[in-house]
Amino acid sequence: MSEFRMPSLGADMESGTLVEWLIRPGERVERGQVVAVVETQKGAIDVEIWEAGSVERLVAEEGQKVPVGEVLALIRGEDEATGRQVPADRHTLEASRAPDLSPPPARAIPETPAAGERLRISPAARKRAAELGLDPAGVSGSGVGGSVTLDDIARAAEAGEPAPSARTAPTTDAHAAMRQAIAAAMARSKREIPHYYLGHTLCVEPALAWLEAHNAERPVAERLIFPVLQLRAVALALEAVPELNGWYRDGAFQPAEGVHLGVAIALRGGGLVAPALHDTDRLSPDAMMTALRDLLTRARKDRLRSSELTAAGLTVTNLGDLGVESVQGVIYPPQVALVGFGCLVERPWVRDGQVVAARCLHASLAADHRVSDGAIGARFLRQLTDHLQEPERLWPT
Amino acid sequence: MPSPDTRPASGAAALDDPGQARALLWQMLRIRRFEEKCAELYSAGKIRGFLHLYIGEEAIAAGAMPALAERDHVLATYREHGHALARGVPAGAIMAEMYGKQEGCSRGRGGSMHLFDAGRHFIGGSAIVGGALPLAVGYALADRLAGRDSVTACFFGDGAVAEGEFHESLNLAALWQLPVLFLCENNRYAMGTALERHQSQVDLAAKAAAYRLPSESVDGMDVVAVARTTEAAVDRVRAGQGPMFLEYRTYRFRAHSMFDPELYRDKAEVEQWKKRCPIETFARDAVASGLLAATARDELEREVAEEVAAAVAFAEAGTWEPVEHLCHDVYAREVRP
Amino acid sequence: MTTQTIAYREALRQGLHAALARDERVFLMGEDVGRYGGTYAVSHGLLEAFGEARIRDTPLSESAFTGAGIGAALNGLRPIVEIMTVNFSLLALDQIMNNAATLRHMSGGQLNVPLVIRMTTGGGRQLAAQHSHSLEGWYAHIPGLRIVAPATHEDARGMLLAALEDPDPVLIFEHALLLNVEGTVKGEPHPMELDHAVIRREGGQVSLITYGGMLHKTLAAADQLAAAGIDAEVLDLRTLRPLDDAAIMASVAKTHRVVVVDEGWRSGSLSAEIITRINEQAFFELDAPPVRVCTQEVPIPYPRHLEDAAIPQIEDIVAAVHRLMGGPGSGATS
Repeated sequence: MSEFRMPSLGADMESGTLVEWLIRPGERVERGQVVAVVETQKGAIDVEIWEAGSVERLVAEEGQKVPVGEVLALIRGEDEATGRQVPADRHTLEASRAPDLSPPPARAIPETPAAGERLRISPAARKRAAELGLDPAGVSGSGVGGSVTLDDIARAAEAGEPAPSARTAPTTDAHAAMRQAIAAAMARSKREIPHYYLGHTLCVEPALAWLEAHNAERPVAERLIFPVLQLRAVALALEAVPELNGWYRDGAFQPAEGVHLGVAIALRGGGLVAPALHDTDRLSPDAMMTALRDLLTRARKDRLRSSELTAAGLTVTNLGDLGVESVQGVIYPPQVALVGFGCLVERPWVRDGQVVAARCLHASLAADHRVSDGAIGARFLRQLTDHLQEPERLWPT
Repeated sequence: MPSPDTRPASGAAALDDPGQARALLWQMLRIRRFEEKCAELYSAGKIRGFLHLYIGEEAIAAGAMPALAERDHVLATYREHGHALARGVPAGAIMAEMYGKQEGCSRGRGGSMHLFDAGRHFIGGSAIVGGALPLAVGYALADRLAGRDSVTACFFGDGAVAEGEFHESLNLAALWQLPVLFLCENNRYAMGTALERHQSQVDLAAKAAAYRLPSESVDGMDVVAVARTTEAAVDRVRAGQGPMFLEYRTYRFRAHSMFDPELYRDKAEVEQWKKRCPIETFARDAVASGLLAATARDELEREVAEEVAAAVAFAEAGTWEPVEHLCHDVYAREVRP
Repeated sequence: MTTQTIAYREALRQGLHAALARDERVFLMGEDVGRYGGTYAVSHGLLEAFGEARIRDTPLSESAFTGAGIGAALNGLRPIVEIMTVNFSLLALDQIMNNAATLRHMSGGQLNVPLVIRMTTGGGRQLAAQHSHSLEGWYAHIPGLRIVAPATHEDARGMLLAALEDPDPVLIFEHALLLNVEGTVKGEPHPMELDHAVIRREGGQVSLITYGGMLHKTLAAADQLAAAGIDAEVLDLRTLRPLDDAAIMASVAKTHRVVVVDEGWRSGSLSAEIITRINEQAFFELDAPPVRVCTQEVPIPYPRHLEDAAIPQIEDIVAAVHRLMGGPGSGATS
């Protein structure tokens, strides 16, 4: 018997609210199947399961807020006899956690409270907070043992922005929660990660020419956009320099398997998510365009999958749309590097000994000095710019 | 032909009615053969739980039960297959009960120890030793208060006389002069403890006498003696002369229950008693005295074998009560606990 | 309708009188119910009114006369068996458990036991460790029995009448300390149904769930709490088996806090059962851990001060509610 646990979908995730089970006891589940929808500070996420078998029992109930690592369901393995339950000890519980993004246990200030430090909140208050979309973690408790009570939730709800209707109140609170989550992750990054920054300005006229040629005969709906080329170039550069593709955990670098680039997506109304574009390096131009569009759509509908929040080995942020020339990014822990792109700007450019007007782009790398040194960063950036300047190398035929 | 007054009170020779002789033998035989089948079915796993056999004691149920009227009440113990059969509960319903089938006389809920048939006033199987005696007093009290002339017959074993409920009940019945017949089947062992090892006074009739109950002891291996004595007692109780106590001295040939290695008694003792088998002695004497034809035994055996086979077939064909009915009949209305 | 103010004892007597008068099948049986007039004078005068056949003094044979009550009920009558006090009922436990409670089911529905057993329960009279306990929670454990605890005068009269109409065995627990308490009743005795708990005091902040002798202490505690600004609801269970889950959960859903006040001991008890059901059925309505006020886990001692300390008192209930509400003395946890 294995235990399907609340996955950690980010270093900043402490718990999730189980919104919906998509499976029922007795059903077969396949590896990779979406089995539940979990509401996090970052929105509702389709959570996948990583073991095939049959659903023995659903432990968590819909509507229940479950700390990361706690059991959601029991899964009987494919060749397990029925009726037998193997109790997992504390150690194996830790080890079997889906990608564990929480810091190592020796750290002085744990991000995830231990079980004994769970929020003390009455069941009724928990239910009411969920109805209001209010995160009770920030509410101070006045009940027995300092627990958060119904009254505390009511006071907290009143103290917040007077909401015109119950429907908009959760949105406000969800955004506040997301802000808190981003704050926690970014603060951790700046606190823990010794960043170093490298930058390079390159001429993108060849890449744009390639793009125009590619799009020339196509209807609007099938045309590529420039970020597809950027992502492709980053993916190829990572293949060449795998030292930047992965995570820093427990004092060591852990390389990612495959290239899954995190794509930073600004949400309407504020906030940010960086879901992974799975197997970025294996996607054809059209496939990548489709995948990117799908990812954007789902990110804005709060329907990301759990693996998309944990798989990325490096994140790419593009603030070019907003007219920013260059980005000095903050790495999303436990990743070890972040690539930033600015906007296309026309600059005087020397080509073949002549000054010409050319559209240029600033590409930057922020990297974790614990894992890599400047030389590796430089090699990566070189690979990246080379690929963008020689677009025929992006998808060699 | 001797008159009733001069006729011997016991043995087949005391009878002058071939029909009655045949009926007594038939009743004893069907109890014996039915129970032998039960033992076989128990070993085959068809019957489970405890199974207490009456084999050796058949003369009591067979002899006593005809003395009771339909309107009378019968309460018995967990060794009550014979009483149920003799009271007229169909063999198939009893066997189905032992199978746990819903066609059983208690819907399969009671098994061997809890046979009931309210329509026949058979408030049968109590598996708490002595536990039925107070109920018998209550049945009789209700009849008395309602002005009915029914008699309540309560069978129990020698083990029950050690229970407080025996003494409380005899006292109360005598105090209120209620129409109860206390019928003690003394088979000499309370489970595995011999009477001498659990009673300071082994004369059980003397105990009843202490409560001023008229009492009598009778040879429980002699079906005619049982019948005669019980008839007289029923008449007396029905006539409003208060409760009465009868001791039937008997012996069980088989173990207390199926799972009993019988460490507490000698095989020789059992063999000695088997020589007094109520069926064999009565059949032999009845044939010898010309009351029954030599062929009667075989005819009855065939008849009984057919009935037992039919009972088994009925039980086999029975059905299991649906699990959804599990909590039915806990209360009159379906009550959420 | 005329309103009378009578003692609880008189209300019980009115109930018995009405039951005997309206149904010839009814009779009363027990120790000293007749010539003595009842140990607690509940049946005083009934012998003269109904005669020895129907008001039956028994020997001190709890098992025999309780079993006889079962037999008489099986055989068509409607006996009322009085057991002097709950501790003595243990002598009849075999009959109650192995016969009254089981016969309907065990016989496949052929038999039923329309018997009423009344007994005195509870402490507070310095009668020490064999006359003072509250074992109704034990009996409420047993499927096949209905367990009721009339706390008001109307219930004292009317639940007996309803119990006699029930086709199954009903055990009525009458708290000894209520016997002299005066209260009002209206008109003639009439059956008071046995299915529902009743809110004796409406409130919004905490549910005090109780029954029997503790109802009056709990109502007094609620008065004190009101003076302290706490609006307590008091739910009188009335029937302990089957419990009125709906009424319990409705009250908890309204107040979100619960204190169970039970004169029984707490380990493996009725109060434990009630709180477990609340956890099972209304967990997400709770705004604080449920609390119990129960008798201390000792045999009830004789001296007044120790008995008082053993049994829940008004101040214990008040203090428990304050702790729960975070008020005075809330630093202490039990």
